[in-house]
Amino acid sequence: MKPLIKKLVETYGPSGHEDQIRDIVRAEIRNIPDYITVDPLGNLIAVIKKNSRSGKKVMLSAHLDEIGVMASHIDEHGFVRFANIGAVFPIHCVGGRVRFADGTLGVIGADVRRDDVSKVPALSDLFIDVGATSKADCPVKVGDAAGFYRPLEEQGHRLIAKSMDDRIGVAVLIETLKALKRTPHEVAFVFSVQEEVGLRGAGPAAFGVDAEIGIAVDVTLTGDTPNGYKMEVALGNGPAIKVRDSGMLADPRIKNLMVQRAQEAKIKSQLEVLLGGTTDAAAMQISRGGMPAGCLSIPTRYVHSPSEMVDFRDVQASVQLLLEILQKPIDL
Amino acid sequence: MAQKPVSQKPAPKPKARPRPARPVAKPAAKAAARPSRRPAPVEPAAPPIVKPPKATANELDLLKELSNAASVSGDEGAVRKIILDAIRPHVDEVNVDVMGNVLAIKRGPGRGERVLVAAHMDEVGFMVSGHDADGTLRIEIVGGVDDRVLLGKHVLVGAKRVPGVIGVAPVHLLNADRRSAVTKANQLRVDLGVESADAAKKLAKAGDRGVFATEFDVVGPSLRGKALDDRLGCATLVELLRGGPYGFDLHAAFTVQEEVGLRGAKVAGYAVDPVCAFVLDCTPAHDLPHSDEERENAQYNTRLGYGPAIYVADASTLHDARLVAYLQATAAGAGIPYQIQQPGGGGTDAGSIHRNRAGVPTVSLSVPGRYLHTPVSLVRAEDWRNSVKLMKLALEGWTTKILKR
Repeated sequence: MKPLIKKLVETYGPSGHEDQIRDIVRAEIRNIPDYITVDPLGNLIAVIKKNSRSGKKVMLSAHLDEIGVMASHIDEHGFVRFANIGAVFPIHCVGGRVRFADGTLGVIGADVRRDDVSKVPALSDLFIDVGATSKADCPVKVGDAAGFYRPLEEQGHRLIAKSMDDRIGVAVLIETLKALKRTPHEVAFVFSVQEEVGLRGAGPAAFGVDAEIGIAVDVTLTGDTPNGYKMEVALGNGPAIKVRDSGMLADPRIKNLMVQRAQEAKIKSQLEVLLGGTTDAAAMQISRGGMPAGCLSIPTRYVHSPSEMVDFRDVQASVQLLLEILQKPIDL
Repeated sequence: MAQKPVSQKPAPKPKARPRPARPVAKPAAKAAARPSRRPAPVEPAAPPIVKPPKATANELDLLKELSNAASVSGDEGAVRKIILDAIRPHVDEVNVDVMGNVLAIKRGPGRGERVLVAAHMDEVGFMVSGHDADGTLRIEIVGGVDDRVLLGKHVLVGAKRVPGVIGVAPVHLLNADRRSAVTKANQLRVDLGVESADAAKKLAKAGDRGVFATEFDVVGPSLRGKALDDRLGCATLVELLRGGPYGFDLHAAFTVQEEVGLRGAKVAGYAVDPVCAFVLDCTPAHDLPHSDEERENAQYNTRLGYGPAIYVADASTLHDARLVAYLQATAAGAGIPYQIQQPGGGGTDAGSIHRNRAGVPTVSLSVPGRYLHTPVSLVRAEDWRNSVKLMKLALEGWTTKILKR
């Protein structure tokens, strides 16, 4: 699974520009589902059809897009001013590297002569240096989008990379799809677009799929770093079962089902209460006439930084838990 | 460690700012896809920029009527009537839905694919919320209006367009502190020139909308008026309906309540259920220098004179890459200048249209305008005519192939 994770996290794909990552996912899951389709906004939907009358229609969602930046102005010396795509924290930007769709690399610098040098700069104080010397020889144009650039590293049980959010969720869905031998349910594996800018892919995808139950697979924060968030989620304690986040109160029936399946299969899991941040599940819950929704979260440190860190054992256990849920009946 | 050579740049003089050169039209857009494995095709030289045909007297008259009409969000009747009269002879079907959106269909000889083109009828303004005993009106702002542009303005209230003025303390009597304080909208009063609440109630009721009393005019290369956001879009859409028929069914939506949350478009988008959508709007041009300092203005959103603005990303929408590329290619092929709206800010009806049902690929095209959402907006007539020309060509050339992945 590690080579797959490496390929996924390192692929270009800021919100709205998911073609490259979608093509890679599509190639990975070829010939496994009953059919694969791409909907009007670019969500990739792979469906395993139902073969039992008691099965439910389940939608799973992990998002293809990553946060990034978009060029907003090229100055006369070829430096690129930019806007954010999704929640980009300036504190993680200075000195960072970005990569545009055609492979052009850039370094993010800051205006040294800005108003208050002791404060973290605003995004408007930053610029991207692609090595151009003038507007004319700058390969970047206004509207071009870039993702952050950092290769995956492995250390012990830990995997460190940019865009674990949510390429690790994508990896979990792909591995689950590959390992799923038998299921009574109709399962739509949705690889969604534009989550980072407001769950804009998952809402329409849920409308089209029209499932009875929705489960997102995304990252969540942890409380296990120095002076960290007051959360009980920690790396290495297994998949996190979402109770609540800022956009959704997980359906208690889904949460309880996930807890029960974890206990039955002796998978160590943890409960997650997240104060800030949400997932595709929030959009699934209120689509059409509504559906019970929940989320299986992969604990991750340093989210939305270039060095998001997960514990590989949590990732493997997440696949196991998802398989348990799909292979057994779902009675809410 | 090389420093950015700021000190070596010659200081630009704010007043005699040299006009930057017009952009040369670039052939086919950068595809937002993976690096091509085929050798790059030899690109033909871009056709030279061609000036668009000027607006006819008829077209300017329609725009003038639209701009002068009072139609604040939720009360779009005046503009709706003008539009219905203008489009009836040119469409196969027209309906007004429950919210007041005008939905018109111009059928084409093709397979009946539905392409939605939208423009919003409403403008920002205010609403009368109550009467004070002294005959003045209390008001609430409708839509996004900066409190600072309201003081002392000439306004027209209600369907009868009763003239009034938003009161302001006389400068003779203000001390420095009061002069620089911002008066909030709920502290303002509209003075109709009467002396009692009873007299005021005869002229304006609670719920009546009010607009700035600006008369539309042509001023050299510019158009000046209120509510050019989005009467320009409405005028453009009327012209598109006068043209055609096109190779598909053109569904025109003149929407309501855009300024208060893209609400009419949500409903119109659902009803039409199109295969793709174009949204015509007006977007801020903040292109004059922001200060006397040397610092380059890198946050202008769009610039007057640089052509219609194609959106890639605003706060409400990530515009569909295929439609963006299609507009760019259409413009380049016909020598129409265009600019890319600076990503990040603003919103259009695309925000609610693209998230409809199972999703709708959407792109917005706007005329750049200075001083939007204030009593007087300013646009270059040529930017507007270029947006009309670009949309006409885009619709004339549209096929479903454009949406192929």
